[in-house]
Amino acid sequence: MLSIKGLKVKLKDEDKQILKGVDLEIEAGKVHAIMGPNGSGKSTLSYVLSGKDGYEVTGGTAALEGIDLLDMDPEERAAAGLFLAFQYPVEIPGVGNMTFLRTAVNAQRKARGEEEMSAADFLKEVRARAKDLKIDAEMLKRPVNVGFSGGEKKRNEILQMAMLEPKMCILDETDSGLDVDAMKLVADGVNALRTQGRGFLVITHYQRLLDHIKPDVVHIMSDGRIIKTGGPELALEVENNGYTDILAEVA
Amino acid sequence: MAEAATKQTPTQAMIGSLEMPQGGWTEAARKDALSRVQAVGLPQRRDEYWKYTRPDTLVQPTPEAASLRSIEEAALFDSTDRLRIVFVDGVFDADASDELALEGIRIERLAEATSDLHWARDLYGTLETRGQTPVARPLAALNTAFARDGVLIHVTGTPSKPVNIIYRRTSETADAMLHHVVKLDAGTELTVLENGPVAARFNAVLEVEVADTATFHHVRAQGRDHEQRAATHIFTRLGTESTFKSFTLTANGAMTRNDCVIELTGDDATAHVAGACVGDGPDFHHDDTVFITHDAVNCESRQVFKKVLRNGATGVFQGKILVKAGAQKTDGYQISQSLLLDEDSQFLAKPELEIYADDVACSHGSTSGAIDEDALFYLRSRGVPEGPATDLLTLAFLAEAVAEVENEDLREEITGQMAAWLERHAA
Ligand SMILES: Nc1ncnc2c1ncn2[C@@H]1O[C@H](COP(=O)(O)OP(=O)(O)OP(=O)(O)O)[C@@H](O)[C@H]1O
Ligand SMILES: [Mg+2]
Repeated sequence: MLSIKGLKVKLKDEDKQILKGVDLEIEAGKVHAIMGPNGSGKSTLSYVLSGKDGYEVTGGTAALEGIDLLDMDPEERAAAGLFLAFQYPVEIPGVGNMTFLRTAVNAQRKARGEEEMSAADFLKEVRARAKDLKIDAEMLKRPVNVGFSGGEKKRNEILQMAMLEPKMCILDETDSGLDVDAMKLVADGVNALRTQGRGFLVITHYQRLLDHIKPDVVHIMSDGRIIKTGGPELALEVENNGYTDILAEVA
Repeated sequence: MAEAATKQTPTQAMIGSLEMPQGGWTEAARKDALSRVQAVGLPQRRDEYWKYTRPDTLVQPTPEAASLRSIEEAALFDSTDRLRIVFVDGVFDADASDELALEGIRIERLAEATSDLHWARDLYGTLETRGQTPVARPLAALNTAFARDGVLIHVTGTPSKPVNIIYRRTSETADAMLHHVVKLDAGTELTVLENGPVAARFNAVLEVEVADTATFHHVRAQGRDHEQRAATHIFTRLGTESTFKSFTLTANGAMTRNDCVIELTGDDATAHVAGACVGDGPDFHHDDTVFITHDAVNCESRQVFKKVLRNGATGVFQGKILVKAGAQKTDGYQISQSLLLDEDSQFLAKPELEIYADDVACSHGSTSGAIDEDALFYLRSRGVPEGPATDLLTLAFLAEAVAEVENEDLREEITGQMAAWLERHAA
């Protein structure tokens, strides 16, 4: 599904290398987790994959179902099936959440040559999905993320994911800010999509989310590289002992 | 004499090219206005009040031609039940207009209002004259002197629907001058809508007398006429507990200067003036100039102007709040903001406060900014292409000005119009 080979990335405006050769293969229906110390490059990886400006790829490749991602505009990547749940969702004053969602859904459909969703169908769909995530109707009417609590913003990300039905989802610390019940709801949402053969890359610092979304593979990122890969037990090891042992082991 | 003619000043040349309607109840006002124009002269480039906007094309005797190709006009206010008054190239079109009759108002054309004891006699040119101090507005005086037509509305009740002045342009060279007068009696209410491209060049005056507890709403869309040049003026005077709200949408025009002069003379009055402007291209120049005088106690005034400028467009805002001695408890608010979509576009703002009372709350702010890159990326990461994503953010930026339109249906019409204009541009 997602295939990253030797990806090297530096900041565009600064002489600072952030990713120093990342290799990652995520198969359909699998959940990969990435853990790693602050500043190791996890969010950078997610941004570069989704096409954010400000980074320069200095080596390597990234492809979604065999199609090169790095040459595409962000909207093309989205239409190709890539989705990033932001670590820090952006507030957009003046743009209603509903308008935003509907524009996004229909833009992707249009890009894929599919028929646009009617206003009525959309409304029905969004209401159902919002209900699953316990997002109330009032939140849908408000401007995108404006005045949302930390947890509400994260749930709103998952609502977007549910509406857009991407093939490959990157969740960047979606668990931070979520209460225990919300985390369960989000995990249910992810698990539902997972059974449909979607791929997941879950960036997290904590074991708790992984209790609900059982990862197939766990990676540890440090200083722009994946330094260790293992099964779910690796996340438990991090939870119990931190990174010191793992870092010492590779050094 | 031929020698002398070539040495005419621009003011003399302009006056010489115009013909003043003779006789009738407007004659004294017209003659007075003419002498005022002659005394101060038409605006010149060196005038402080025209620092950011070149008056040249507005004061030359013959207007620059404006091709008809430059009009992109979508229907507006069609879903609103209204009394339509249509002017084509600045000339009244009876066939296209509704019958000038509506319960609660007396409405007629300036050109046909011949009765000597006309109600507008004490108003025509009066508010315009008051609006000449402390800054002269000679183009408005020129209008009072020479306007051949316009709409006169005396509001004696609360009519069931708005009056819509619709402008259409079929000539590439028409030079239109219209003078409208609205008088609202105490306790009455009226909405006036104006829309459409008017002429290659348009000089407009709208005088509105709002008596105690009366309410006047004005919603205007200046059309998407890329080459039109216009100087418009609104002069209004507000009585006790009265309300005046004016909103203007502008999308293009080679030169637009919108003056709005508001005098709050009765206590507890409210005046809101707002504008949303979409400017595209190096030929676009748009100037909002507002002057609000607080001369009574506990009045509120509010100015909200938003301009989106791209491809080298220029936007200007000159806004002043003058609080006279004794105008205590004044609440004055002014915000002017521009969204610059590229580095070639520019926004020039001159906000001013002059306060002679001590118990007032006045605030003003002006900002210029680019599109929010994080918001743009967020939208694009959800699959919205750059163009539509920019449009969405642009509409969101303008929404605060459109929110000043009180009527929800009209607000939606305006928003739809803006969206359509942005979309067509992208296509
Ligand atoms: N636009 C930028 N300008 C300057 N430095 C940047 C920029 N983007 C990333 N960095 C730097 O790159 C490094 C990696 O940052 P990144 O956000 O990818 O880390 P992370 O692994 O997601 O950390 P966290 O766990 O705290 O979220 C950090 O040192 C960060 O300061
Ligand atoms: Mg991060």
